[in-house]
Amino acid sequence: MIEALFIYLATVCVICAVLTVSLRQPVYNVLALLTMFFHVAGLYVLLNAEFLAVVQIIVYAGAILVLYLFVLMLLNVRTQSRHLHRQWPFAVLILGSVTAMLVGALQDGTWGVASGEYTAAAIQEIGNTQAIGLRLYTDYLLPFEVASLVLLVAMIGAIVLTKKGLIDDHIKE
Amino acid sequence: MNMTIPMDNVIALLPEMIIAAFACLVLMFDLMLPQGRKNPLAWFSLAGVALAAFATFRLTHQHISAFADTFQVDPFSNFFKLLFYLIVALVILMSRAYLQQDRIHIGEYYHFILLVLTGMMIMVSATDLMTVYMGLELVSVTLYIMAAMKRYESRSTEAGLKYFVLGSFSSAVLLYGMSLIYGVTGTTNLAAIGAFLGDGVPNSAATVGLIMMVVGLAFKVAAAPFHMWAPDVYEGSPTPITAFMSVAPKAAAFAVILRVMLEAFGGMKSDWEAIFTVIAVLTMAVGAVLALVQTSLKRMLAYSSIGHAGYALIGVVVGDALGTFSVMYYLVIYAVMNLGAFAIIIMLRNQGLMGEELDDLKGLSRTHPWAALFMLVFMFSLAGIPPTAGFIAKFYIFMAAINAGYILLAIAGALLAAVSAYYYIRVIVVMYMQEPETDHVLTAPAGLRLALVFSLLFVIGLGVFPDPLADFAQQAILSF
Repeated sequence: MIEALFIYLATVCVICAVLTVSLRQPVYNVLALLTMFFHVAGLYVLLNAEFLAVVQIIVYAGAILVLYLFVLMLLNVRTQSRHLHRQWPFAVLILGSVTAMLVGALQDGTWGVASGEYTAAAIQEIGNTQAIGLRLYTDYLLPFEVASLVLLVAMIGAIVLTKKGLIDDHIKE
Repeated sequence: MNMTIPMDNVIALLPEMIIAAFACLVLMFDLMLPQGRKNPLAWFSLAGVALAAFATFRLTHQHISAFADTFQVDPFSNFFKLLFYLIVALVILMSRAYLQQDRIHIGEYYHFILLVLTGMMIMVSATDLMTVYMGLELVSVTLYIMAAMKRYESRSTEAGLKYFVLGSFSSAVLLYGMSLIYGVTGTTNLAAIGAFLGDGVPNSAATVGLIMMVVGLAFKVAAAPFHMWAPDVYEGSPTPITAFMSVAPKAAAFAVILRVMLEAFGGMKSDWEAIFTVIAVLTMAVGAVLALVQTSLKRMLAYSSIGHAGYALIGVVVGDALGTFSVMYYLVIYAVMNLGAFAIIIMLRNQGLMGEELDDLKGLSRTHPWAALFMLVFMFSLAGIPPTAGFIAKFYIFMAAINAGYILLAIAGALLAAVSAYYYIRVIVVMYMQEPETDHVLTAPAGLRLALVFSLLFVIGLGVFPDPLADFAQQAILSF
């Protein structure tokens, strides 16, 4: 049952990801992306990571994607006239070799994975959200704080790149 | 479980906290200054850098592991931090005139440069994949914005966008590799990963993760075949920012490469050694050959910077104590001589003169003999001609390679260095053998002069007496 669910979710994810980059209409791209986000959330649920699944839907599907749609509608982005870029043979070549590498590594027979500290059973016991919170505010406190600086810089950057009058835009070189 | 932060952690993180605090204070201070009068911010930022340098200096020979082993102060990280302070100070000194000329002298510039500094300091001290990634991302995101700061010019916005798209892509590849490594080992701590992978049992998932991490990091140092973004980004960005990003983030990424490869993947050296050998040779070749055909000075220096990453990669391939030492030494020398060369380009930027083309240097020795002489020394040093420091740096790299038995790699490096000497010398020919076409009068403000004189003394001084820096670097080698 779980395996069947996984195959369904993973297949839809891959198909939607391909559609996201290959469809012509920007709105369709965004909708394909939305579908992909929901299915990724499903994958998280299969992995016993309910908190991540909810965050995935609220943040990605809810906030970020709606923002994309707003931008699309405000800017009235025109449809790409050419369907595929000239570089597509290179893209296929590189994608093919990366896929071959991954498949080869999987077939190799030495693909080993450690179980780690937080097994499904351990997480059931502590609780999903608590486990993340504990790790985030103890072991990973420093990276977590650095994330705040990244957000700060993104905010200031948006101002520097767009605010009127901050940089003299009218001089002609 | 209580969340307590022991004093030890605060002391270890003090330099980073000082710089981050100054970055935020700059923003507030900025509000008090009228537009067009932002000079005090430069001095204020320099004061912050000096304060942090003092804090780092106090920690020079200490080993402190902080924040649940995600962050470590050791001589290795302090060596790089002191290098970053030097780079940031030089860049701040030399950038003011250019920024004013191009009307982008805003307080946020200093905010950004201090935050990049914070990110780089976190990168070199990181002993956990999470910390490495967050530091890297702080540096990258800030640099994307800085590249596009001249937003009225399409070249600059193009540089920012290109950097952003390719940088995000490389971050994603790096993250994918990290996630595989986490899956294999169940930990993100570098030492724990090293202990897990050290037993030499082949694991294909770990190999794939390693390859992806190498690719991601190679993107960050602009090593071939992942260098495509560098020339466009370096050419389009405002020159002081180009100068900055061609040296500082590259040095930080090299520190990460050294630490991650030696500490976490020490047991898989035969794997990454092969990859880095190919990358190093390709990078040196691309840097040497493609720079020959450039007419833009900035583009030429971009390819030269790619080539220099290749030489430093030889030291990474060697990977022993001497190899690590040679990389560290090379990065310091490269940083100062490259900044010197860019300072001359900044000087050429003048009313009505972009100063970014090779032709703009025509007859510089007639019109401005001093500037030409400085450029001559920096070009000699970049080419690796004695008695400049560039020669000593290359010498250590090749010596490390030969000592460890990588004779072919050393020969390839020496041959490509000879090829690349051609285009450095071409710059000198243009300056000294050709007639001047314009009669622009160049002006160098005090800060720029100071940076130039310092770089010159550094390059010549270390070329003649290489020992002080060598001793300092020797003490800071990573030891496992």
